[in-house]
Amino acid sequence: MILDGKCPSGPIEKTWDKHRFDLKLVNPANKRKYKVIMVGTGLAGGAAAASLGELGYNVEAFCYQDSPRRAHSIAAQGGINAAKAYPNDGDSIYRLFYDTIKGGDFRAREADVWRLAQVSNNIIDQCVAQGVPFARDYAGYLDNRSFGGAQVSRTFFARGQTGQQLLLGAYSALSRQIKAGSVKMYNRTEMLDLIVIDGVAKGITIRDMVTGEIRAHMGDAVCLATGGYVNVFYLSTNAMGCSVTANWKAHKKGAFFANPCYTQIHPTCIPQTGDHQSKLTLMSESLRNDGRCWVPKKKEDCGKHPNDVPEDDRDYYLERKYPSFGNLAPRDIASRAAKAQCDDGRGVGPGGRGVYLDFATAIKRVSEGTIKERYGNLFEMYEKITDENGYKRPMRMYPAPHYAMGGLWVDYNLMSNVPGLFVLGEANFSVHGANRLGASALMQGLADGYFVIPYTIGGYLAGIKPGDYSLDNPEVKKSIDEVHANIKKMFSLKGKKTVSEIYRALGKVMWENVGMARSAASLKTALAEIPKLRDEFWNNVNITGDGGEFNQQLENAGRVADFLEFAELLSKDALVREESCGGHFRVEHQMPDGEAKRNDADFCHVAAWEFKGVGKEPELHKEPLKFDNVHLAVRSYK
Amino acid sequence: MSDHNSNTMNLTLQVWRQKGPNAPGKLETYEAKHVSPDMSFLEMLDEVNETLIKKGVDPIAFDHDCREGICGMCSQVVNGVPHGGQDRTTVCQLHMRSFKDGDTIFIEPWRARAFPVIKDLAVDRSALDTIIQAGGYVSCHTGGVADGNAILIPKPEADYAMDAAECIGCGACVAGCPNGSAMLFTSAKVAQLAVLPQGKAEAATRVNAMTEALKECGFGNCTNHYECQASCPKGINVKFIAKLNREYLKAIAN
Repeated sequence: MILDGKCPSGPIEKTWDKHRFDLKLVNPANKRKYKVIMVGTGLAGGAAAASLGELGYNVEAFCYQDSPRRAHSIAAQGGINAAKAYPNDGDSIYRLFYDTIKGGDFRAREADVWRLAQVSNNIIDQCVAQGVPFARDYAGYLDNRSFGGAQVSRTFFARGQTGQQLLLGAYSALSRQIKAGSVKMYNRTEMLDLIVIDGVAKGITIRDMVTGEIRAHMGDAVCLATGGYVNVFYLSTNAMGCSVTANWKAHKKGAFFANPCYTQIHPTCIPQTGDHQSKLTLMSESLRNDGRCWVPKKKEDCGKHPNDVPEDDRDYYLERKYPSFGNLAPRDIASRAAKAQCDDGRGVGPGGRGVYLDFATAIKRVSEGTIKERYGNLFEMYEKITDENGYKRPMRMYPAPHYAMGGLWVDYNLMSNVPGLFVLGEANFSVHGANRLGASALMQGLADGYFVIPYTIGGYLAGIKPGDYSLDNPEVKKSIDEVHANIKKMFSLKGKKTVSEIYRALGKVMWENVGMARSAASLKTALAEIPKLRDEFWNNVNITGDGGEFNQQLENAGRVADFLEFAELLSKDALVREESCGGHFRVEHQMPDGEAKRNDADFCHVAAWEFKGVGKEPELHKEPLKFDNVHLAVRSYK
Repeated sequence: MSDHNSNTMNLTLQVWRQKGPNAPGKLETYEAKHVSPDMSFLEMLDEVNETLIKKGVDPIAFDHDCREGICGMCSQVVNGVPHGGQDRTTVCQLHMRSFKDGDTIFIEPWRARAFPVIKDLAVDRSALDTIIQAGGYVSCHTGGVADGNAILIPKPEADYAMDAAECIGCGACVAGCPNGSAMLFTSAKVAQLAVLPQGKAEAATRVNAMTEALKECGFGNCTNHYECQASCPKGINVKFIAKLNREYLKAIAN
């Protein structure tokens, strides 16, 4: 099937305004007759639930954390982009649009990216109005910093906790609606199935994580704002509870999964110290404003104290390879460059898997106090984890899985191919192409939540009869029964392995074979190993306790079971995509200098996969990508 | 991969186990063997849980999520101190190099009337949400707001607001307070929004509604112990409580 993203046509700068006008409206008195189910309450879901509640819709919102204030959006450090052009440095909506398309290696839809750039400015205004304490200069104006993949300063920030402040802004708006009664919030609740009636999404089946109760919630539309899936690598910068479960359950009920192989490996994370490691910690890309990446030129210097390596014997490899962007090269490029240095035997720290991020030059230039003001909390965090002082010696960094550009396929209205199922934020695939630029995730989450879904969902709801669903529908009982049966099966296995043991093994297979560099051979290895691990899980896992109580092992087991199915799709997509683009790097497809080599003739499309059964061959659908405004070019940051 | 630091240690844990909110709880003893100093405190507990599962024993339930000190989900009293007492550090960021071979470590949940135990070390903190729902926001609508630079905010005020806004809502201040008070938590939000021009219009109704909610949720009052500030992993200053009191006085005087 050739998919249609239903993007508006005509001059790009008019597309969103025209589309908004063309969308049907639900009149204010009728809005209260419609119920919207919102799964996930991070930046996208929290902003959407608050905005829809305020418009007058009945919203039921769900999160697995004990409060919507804890979604992993909170961990974003560096900032949020907007095309305000306050610094007078030549920025514009068009430039943000262009940078995002190019940053994504020409694998995103033009119209979606244009809309994102256009509403970026509204987001800053909205957050300021909510009381988000963005950094200000001494005259009281909003301050900006630079981020990777751009030559302008368009990133707004709140110390090193921008995600936290934006999420708390959305959480405050959501709290206001909860108080007003327009949003009913369910904390510690996990979605375990999507209910589809006559081909239309009408509800979800959830598990109350405190009592273990399994029940259904029905609505006129279901929105998933359930984040990304890079915990498929076991070790990542995501929170421990981040999973593919909601997306995967929707996929199994018919929603297409788009570009699962587009995963982002973030270049600056604190290296792993041992097998006990449970997660990896990211250090903000903003550090590359002042930090310089280097490794020793000579292998024999790798064991030395970094301050004992003379200046002439250091290889500032990003400045050398990409003189015009330098240390602010985009993430995919900086990650591969770090890996290349380590593969060359010039890595530092345990196992030689690390590069230095050095602030000595910046401290000399602007003083230690200024650096502390800019990044103090990050230096503190680094010291807590590594016991090393980043002001006195360079930090050690290594790339780690961080973000999923892929996600459920959606059209321009953020609706999946299943009518009534909308997907927001990181959970969808729409704007970042094959690589996301820094400070763009917060922008997308809030754009989708505040300024896209409130309009586009109205266009859908205006065309359907409100309340056209019932808990008595046989599909509801079937869904609840399936969830019960799945849990019962997990408890019945009584095997010898813990969930974590199998999960770690999966992570190892994925990182080694489907991580930063992929080849046909490594992907085939992964595709052979994953089903074995899945079999092992379903024959030999041991979960104690029972389902009718607070049981974190059961929660984890359910998520790992879904990763064990999803990992196969991710590897499959990576195998079929015979090109390198953005975060997807196939060693067979590279330029003589090691840069990614795209194949626009055969792969300038979105790959959207249809589920056909566990272990069965999924069906590939394509949505061709057209570039009318940006010239398809080799992406260069040199 | 072998561990970076090979000086491992053996520890004895005394962990609070409680089946549910109404079940009796007690301390149970567990051994943590071959603990690497590079492990985080929660990774040490992960390893203990793995050995418990292998023995068929229900693992220790505890809340955690981001494991980088920002989500506020982790909540353990370690050796009598919320988050373990390392300056401005959540328990998820506490590393085992703070302990030494042979130590006995006591691990308990947040204890406060407003935080019923769910299981073992996990407690119900929804009362903190209730306080924010009472008024911890600016009542602006989505869209239709002024340009971000339309109202200038002097840097000292923006910085003051940010100092308050750093609160992660973990509830350590409540657990540390002998009165089980949530004054530091509440005051941080009141102060952030009271100092910003955007929040000034509703300052009086906000402080009234939030302090009312504080009482209704069963939190105690502040009697200046300053344990909250000492327990706070983000170093939120008690000066915000003074600010709350001033805002409250202004509100009732009008």
